[in-house]
Amino acid sequence: MYNILMTNLETVPGRPIVKHIGLVQGSTVRAKHVGRDIMAGLKNIVGGELRGYTELLNDARQEAVTRMLDEAQQRGANAVVNVRFSTSSVTAGASELYCYGTAVVVE
Amino acid sequence: MGSLIVFISLLALGFFVGRMQERNHYKQLETDEAALSHIMDCNIKTVPDSFQAGGALVSGNVVIAVDYFKFFVASWKMIFGGRLRSYESLVERARREALVRLKKQADAMGADAVYNVRFEFSTIGQQPKASGVELLAYGTAVKRFAGFKA
Repeated sequence: MYNILMTNLETVPGRPIVKHIGLVQGSTVRAKHVGRDIMAGLKNIVGGELRGYTELLNDARQEAVTRMLDEAQQRGANAVVNVRFSTSSVTAGASELYCYGTAVVVE
Repeated sequence: MGSLIVFISLLALGFFVGRMQERNHYKQLETDEAALSHIMDCNIKTVPDSFQAGGALVSGNVVIAVDYFKFFVASWKMIFGGRLRSYESLVERARREALVRLKKQADAMGADAVYNVRFEFSTIGQQPKASGVELLAYGTAVKRFAGFKA
């Protein structure tokens, strides 16, 4: 796995930044599948948590983070600071999960 | 006539089951929040010297469905405008749940505080009949610095 620190602060606590490398990013577009849609349709009558979607979005976000870390590692970083997440719906059944941050070298 | 019966029963089901679930969720949230109250959270970016150990991204997300009754009330209210109480409680529950999950992750790491907590909101499904809301909370978990002397 990656040996890269991630924070959404502008610094890594206790580890001074030596060098700024630049913006790194990762994104993924995911569609939900019909089985989950049927369950969601049922849940829309009574309310409550849509666990299938919670997991789906969590996995997708992990994927975006992995891609971001890939890029950071390639560029020789050992930390990514100021990480931000953003979500947008591309079409009716799909959303894009995007994550970005600044790759840095810390002590 | 048949469709009216279906409609009324869906509405009743949404109202009673939805309200029960909402009440249980609020109760659950209160116990969780009390259990995790030792973890400090804030959206400040600079970490004081007393917390300068560690530092790792933690997050929590949740998707909560809109029930039939809430949807019906909301679409009716949208004709006149005004406050949508039924959706307010939905978003509030999602936001609190996401924060609880974030704190659970921080707690599992042995952190003492989470700095720079941010929320990200998105809707599931096509507008205007969204089937649910997703809330993501993320922040940086830090530990209290053991050797720190004030």
